[in-house]
Amino acid sequence: MAEEVKLIPQVTPELKPFFDAARHHQLAVQKCDNCGKLRFPPAPLCLACDSPRSSWVAVSGRGTVFSFTVMHRAYHPAFKAPYTLAVIELDEGVKITSNVVGIEPSRVKCGMAVEVMFDRLSDEVTLPRFRPAAG
Amino acid sequence: MSLKGKTAIAGLGITRMGKNYDHSSALGFAAEAISLALEDAGLKRSDLDGLLVTTGVSYQGLASFALQDSLRLTTRLLADVNAGGSSAGTALAMAAEAIATGTANVVACVFADAPLKPPAPGGKGGSAGDAYGVPRGLDSAYGAFGANWVYALLAQRHMYLYGTTQDQLGAIAIAERQWANRNPMAQFYKEPLTLEEYHASRWITEPLHLYDCCLVSNGGVCVIVTSAERARDLRKPPVYILGVGQGHHPGPTLDNLDTGIPIAKETAFRMAGIELKDVQVAELYDCYTITVLLSLEGYGFCKKGEGGPYAAATRLGHGGGIPINTGGGELSSYYMWGMTPVSEAIIQARGEGGERQSPKHDVVLASCQTRNLSTHSVVVMGTNP
Repeated sequence: MAEEVKLIPQVTPELKPFFDAARHHQLAVQKCDNCGKLRFPPAPLCLACDSPRSSWVAVSGRGTVFSFTVMHRAYHPAFKAPYTLAVIELDEGVKITSNVVGIEPSRVKCGMAVEVMFDRLSDEVTLPRFRPAAG
Repeated sequence: MSLKGKTAIAGLGITRMGKNYDHSSALGFAAEAISLALEDAGLKRSDLDGLLVTTGVSYQGLASFALQDSLRLTTRLLADVNAGGSSAGTALAMAAEAIATGTANVVACVFADAPLKPPAPGGKGGSAGDAYGVPRGLDSAYGAFGANWVYALLAQRHMYLYGTTQDQLGAIAIAERQWANRNPMAQFYKEPLTLEEYHASRWITEPLHLYDCCLVSNGGVCVIVTSAERARDLRKPPVYILGVGQGHHPGPTLDNLDTGIPIAKETAFRMAGIELKDVQVAELYDCYTITVLLSLEGYGFCKKGEGGPYAAATRLGHGGGIPINTGGGELSSYYMWGMTPVSEAIIQARGEGGERQSPKHDVVLASCQTRNLSTHSVVVMGTNP
């Protein structure tokens, strides 16, 4: 069997806390130390109060599909078309771009409930993806 | 200070478009487009004292420096202009501002790209625009490459919120093709498109079919801007720059389907002293059918959420309303980023549109966008200063 090709994202300083949490099977987003507003992807200032001070906090990993697209072409050998790219709106209100897996792309719908799962790509990188919520 | 009517477009140069391998790089197409625009205007290379250059995905580096060197130009204004697909409107505004303030006198704004590579000798067919499949940070880890998927998310969300249908997106693709079938420069000049063929075309990134997505083109477009006074003495009828504006919405557009258009429109229309009802021809950036639909809503041709039924009923001027994307747009004529709407707007304003010419063309809108419609530039041009 041919070796599986992976596309392992770069762990930038900005995203290190995200990947550190994912390695421990937690989905983390940035939280403003001043007003508590959550944000993702990471940004230097809070969009609510302009504060530069922030930390990372774990969130539930539950949410709904805000919008999605079925990719019918793979631009990289790590992906096999068709696959589902989606923006997930987490229950905490933050949106994250990810995949919806464990379901035929043709059955994915906007508004459907999903939950996070963790896909280990390397010792350093585990990637959060989403699957239909249990129950 | 208002720019209204102070400057005018005096020259337009458009190379052959599509699988055109006359030059090996964007710089060659840029130089050819400049030469065509000088000829069109009746100007000489030595008349140019400004050069604003935008290259597409195929050229990395400072194209304005390389082009200035190769053309041996002495200028008072020289820069690469990169606001993505929005660059053409940005460059025209910079040119008009420079001329109106005396910084430069005759400015060439040029876009060129050469993402398509010719077939290898005896080998298989050339590339099909893979250069546009660029990775995008963390998102690429999820298989997000290029721009197609971003616009697909917008289309899906629009369908979910407003009940927009695939047929309505198809109506935009077909209407543009009908315009292209009257434009000899269009890559799809000789190929009609039916709704059946639209639905049968392969998915690129669902809900976008092949024909929801723009072409990939090798080629170049140059627009020469000068003072209104000087333009009146040149070869072609002046196309006056009446208003320019930019609007940059922080996004993500997907959140509320809000765009940069209202901000850009407000600035440009105020400068031009017009309202939407005064616009007689509109050339709207159309990298995807959904881009046209959201632009129709953004400019106020219809209410937010009603772009689908509006597009299906008016068919971009074939069935009502003003003529829109009369050259066939990026979907069916050629993909020169913002220079696609800008070049066709100039052709319409001059009355050079042949079979596709709008009978009324005193006020023409060219709309350029990028980054999910969050970044926007608008040029209002017309036949009277």
